Amino acid sequence: MTELAATPLSAHDKASRNLQLTADGQLRHFITLDGLDRAMLTDILDTADSFIEVGERTIKKVPLLRGRTVVNLFFESSTRTRSTFELAAKRLSADVLNLDINTSATSKGESLSDTLLNLEAMASDMFVVRHSQSGAPHFIAESVTPGVAIINAGDGRHAHPTQAMLDMLTIRQNKQQFEGLKVAIVGDILHSRVARSQIRALQTLGAEEVRLIAPGTLLPADVDSLGCTVEYDMRKGMADLDVVIMLRLQKERMEGALLPSEREFYRLYGLDTDKLALARPDCIVMHPGPINRGVEIESAVADGPQSVILNQVTNGIAIRMAVMSMAMSGQVAERTSRSRQQGGEQ
Amino acid sequence: MTDLPAVPALLDRLEQGLRHYLNERGIKRPLLVGIRTGGVWVASELHRRLGLEEPCGELDISFYRDDFSRIGLNPRVTPSHLPFETEDRDLVLVDDVVMSGRTIRAAMNELFDYGRPSSISLVALLDMGGRELPVQPDVCGERLNLSPTQRVKLVGPEPLTIEIREVKA
Repeated sequence: MTELAATPLSAHDKASRNLQLTADGQLRHFITLDGLDRAMLTDILDTADSFIEVGERTIKKVPLLRGRTVVNLFFESSTRTRSTFELAAKRLSADVLNLDINTSATSKGESLSDTLLNLEAMASDMFVVRHSQSGAPHFIAESVTPGVAIINAGDGRHAHPTQAMLDMLTIRQNKQQFEGLKVAIVGDILHSRVARSQIRALQTLGAEEVRLIAPGTLLPADVDSLGCTVEYDMRKGMADLDVVIMLRLQKERMEGALLPSEREFYRLYGLDTDKLALARPDCIVMHPGPINRGVEIESAVADGPQSVILNQVTNGIAIRMAVMSMAMSGQVAERTSRSRQQGGEQ
Repeated sequence: MTDLPAVPALLDRLEQGLRHYLNERGIKRPLLVGIRTGGVWVASELHRRLGLEEPCGELDISFYRDDFSRIGLNPRVTPSHLPFETEDRDLVLVDDVVMSGRTIRAAMNELFDYGRPSSISLVALLDMGGRELPVQPDVCGERLNLSPTQRVKLVGPEPLTIEIREVKA
């Protein structure tokens, strides 16, 4: 898959802006939050609100994607994200195919493009893609299967837009609006695609301050260009916070010695009851999971009254239903207008 | 141009018709469910007039429409809200205008995802004809005959009025 590395990420981001939207501005892929405006993000949150209600019914299913085929293409393992995408697609009545690519055709020597073209030939309507390489979903949408809706379920260090949007939904449920909010993201910012997408979402939706709290070794080199405030001392950084988002320490992505020890990290940057007491009393605690208890967060905090971590999981299903149905809707609208242009309808 | 009926008079007729219908069917504890947006206005007015104790339900049928493959998702979908158990209850579905019958089909599909009601009846302020499905209101304010290029819309909620709009053939 060396082909994926060819284009620098900034160029991907720029091109994704147009690639994700139809000519009249509807969503048709969901790859990055870059280039999506506040109105679009608000539409996604509003649509997700309606799907939350569906999740509370006896029969938690609507017929929107009946007869459509959604393929979960996970080039990188994940339990929560994959299962919530699967559940979301099933609740939209789609047929779902789960492919764990590590154990399938590519390991027999088939190229990524060939695998995807085969799946497209099976009349797939949507690919949910997770890949360790930044830009993979964009590459697939642009070059391999342009007629299939692509949803990014996390690519390299680039983006994890559905995670960021489910976090925004959770914040809106608890705080009603984004204006005036002070939100901190704490921990391993460097390796976190979630953090990148969260920063973008919070800024687009109008949060007053996005504060990054981390040791210098776990901040990206381009941190100054992110438009966030940076705080190295977590105790200072907790002041006035409305929302604190803890990140998982990504041990599998750690190259070289970025940390003295887990114990030291927990002492300085772990969220415990004492540090949480420094934030506003109604500050909510979030974590994208899976949580490392005693590494980033104390059990008493993770299970405490200010924690909304399990709400995030429930909201993940609703956000994924919203994004999938909106992208499918955009694809449908595009096909209809194309067939009209070809003289299908006067 | 057809003379448009006044909404208060239509509501009077609808209330009378519904009382008679419920009485005849022996339905003592109906649950009203309005279809957004106009149907919700009509349902809450009927709810008030009948003095029902249990709250009114609201349906947004966007997720159940049969034209997703053609026009996609309604961009302004809002959550449905049924603040009661529907199992074994007598539901009264209320809409402002019934025409093709497709909205009612979608609404019935949605209702069944909440449970199995004992019965569903249909109340419509206006019946425009032009049915494409075997759906008929049990109680109706008035039947209007408009030209094929005209559509009727309930505007509200304060006051409720009826508007006619021209559409492309």
